[in-house]
Amino acid sequence: MDLLQNLALGFGVAFTLTNLLYALAGCVLGTLIGVLPGLGPVATIAMLLPSIYALDATPALIMLAGIYYGAQYGGSTTAILINVPGESSSVVTAIDGYQMARQGRAGAALAAAGLGSFFAGCVGTIIIAAFAPPLTELAFKFGPAEYFSLMVLGLIGAVVLASGSLIKAIAMIILGLLLAQINTDVISGTARYSFDIPELTDGIGFVVIAMGIFGFGEIIANLGMPAEHREVFTKEVHNLWPTKQDFRMAFPSVLRGTALGSALGVLPGGGALLSAFAAYTMEKKLAGATGRFGKGDIRGVAGPESANNAGAQTSFIPMLTLGIPPNAVMALMVGAMTIKGIQPGPQVMTSNPQLFWGLIASMWVGNLMLVILNLPLIGIWIKLLTVPYRFLFPAITIFCCIGTYTLNNNTWDVYLTAVFAVVGYVFYKLSCEGAPLLLGFILGPMMEENLRRALLLSRGDWSTFLTRPLSAGLLVAAALMVVIVMLPSIKSKREVAFAEAD
Amino acid sequence: MKIKSQRDFWSGLMFLAIGVGFAVGAGNYSLGNSARPGPGYFPLMLSVIMAILGAIVLFKSLTIETEGGDPVGHIAWKPLLIIMGAITAFAILITKLGMIITVPAVILIASFAGDEFHWKDVVVNAVVLTLGCWLIFIKGLKLTIPMWPAFMGAAG
Repeated sequence: MDLLQNLALGFGVAFTLTNLLYALAGCVLGTLIGVLPGLGPVATIAMLLPSIYALDATPALIMLAGIYYGAQYGGSTTAILINVPGESSSVVTAIDGYQMARQGRAGAALAAAGLGSFFAGCVGTIIIAAFAPPLTELAFKFGPAEYFSLMVLGLIGAVVLASGSLIKAIAMIILGLLLAQINTDVISGTARYSFDIPELTDGIGFVVIAMGIFGFGEIIANLGMPAEHREVFTKEVHNLWPTKQDFRMAFPSVLRGTALGSALGVLPGGGALLSAFAAYTMEKKLAGATGRFGKGDIRGVAGPESANNAGAQTSFIPMLTLGIPPNAVMALMVGAMTIKGIQPGPQVMTSNPQLFWGLIASMWVGNLMLVILNLPLIGIWIKLLTVPYRFLFPAITIFCCIGTYTLNNNTWDVYLTAVFAVVGYVFYKLSCEGAPLLLGFILGPMMEENLRRALLLSRGDWSTFLTRPLSAGLLVAAALMVVIVMLPSIKSKREVAFAEAD
Repeated sequence: MKIKSQRDFWSGLMFLAIGVGFAVGAGNYSLGNSARPGPGYFPLMLSVIMAILGAIVLFKSLTIETEGGDPVGHIAWKPLLIIMGAITAFAILITKLGMIITVPAVILIASFAGDEFHWKDVVVNAVVLTLGCWLIFIKGLKLTIPMWPAFMGAAG
């Protein structure tokens, strides 16, 4: 059994003291930012990237991964207790979770979310371990043409499933790809779009963009909104254990949510957010007239929470096996690997088995830590909910500044981040999403290289992308996705699905 | 001609302008041909797509009705300018004065961006964060970032 051997290797790595500590650090940080509104995993991971220079690759990635799935747990806490989803993937949890809290059943809701997430996390870990090797083998068959087509599919997939206008999201991808063109051309050595500024010939750091748009841009947007008055259900959280009746109702939802989340997470563009939405819709449909959805149905908490955690886990698959990030957090993970001198892609599994399997095993360990962190220790996080934003945003500001400065120890990056802060605010005002831009920016250089190599190999014949079966299949899939989303019937349903979440 | 979606109108215009800008820039670099794509090849391709998408968004914003005209809303100038100022202050001060002065200064400036401003809170926040930054970034992560002002000579 290769699977068991691999997992054994992984657990051997994950259970070393250092790695356990970093997994714990990641989980605590993840829960923290999940609980604190206004700070998401993208900004946090971007902020921490400079600090991983000092770490080994394995503990660094274990910690960053912990932040991502930890945020899923923390996000549900705020969704249930104060009706403010700490993370976008907890938006649907707030609908029924908050109602449960108002009826004095916050404990049961938190337990359903926590235990459901843990179950999903365990299944997700096994799925990654089982599916990563065959996918990796497939990836080795890929030539430049296939890689280019795969990236097109990945980028398109990332936006058709997201909310908001499709055309604007595609435009944001292209903008990301264009920003990535500000660099020195690898093949000819020509400096592009540098305006004779020496710093620009090395390109713009993706941390600068992520920090500007997701860190500062969001601060400005949050401060621009009127202060809200929140009702916190802190006293009602006792009696964490759900009743037998709760268990009977929630367990099938957890199973369904996990299955759905695992499947959707693997898709390009999938991940936590989409999985949660889809699971909520499914639970509501299945329950039919027996459901009390919107009025505190435990299935509306258990299903989406399991799904978002399963999705968060399996979205590591495309990143680990193909080196192609399906969402903005994975894009940062790719960046982190590059910082540590690891070229993301199918070769990671064979060249760095310790890192690969250690990371996967650490996810299970991390999920276990998170259940403990979030259920018995819930009181600590509830206290944090009462920290006013006026203490938080200066802290985020200074951490982001230090993070950008220490990236290369120069102030150029800091100034550039200020520029992107404004850009981020403009995007926010025009409802253009930042995540597709970041994905495009990360994939830009890879995409150009593969495109040019594919064209060189085919002697300039563009049809190479369509005559090679694998490549053609990927492009057709991408085109189909756009067409399906554009269909009037799906389009209206998609709008309804996202409108319900608001 | 009436604008039916303010947000889409401005985004369309933005995408179109960026597309045209990058396309003009791409003209400075050798395009090559499809068999031997030059440094300008991929950027030109992208900027053309960008401009087309921008034009579509622009066109839609002028033709498709939206509820209430989808206004951009008021611009939060105060937080925008103050946060920018805080970041710029950090960049100017950090190499000369070190974290011990820069961190409290940035906290102070940034705090003005909020709705409420209490001196006591700002002082507490500045002290806690300066200490925290020293512990996390210098002691914990061992990053090279000056703690003391340059004229005091002592590093970290």
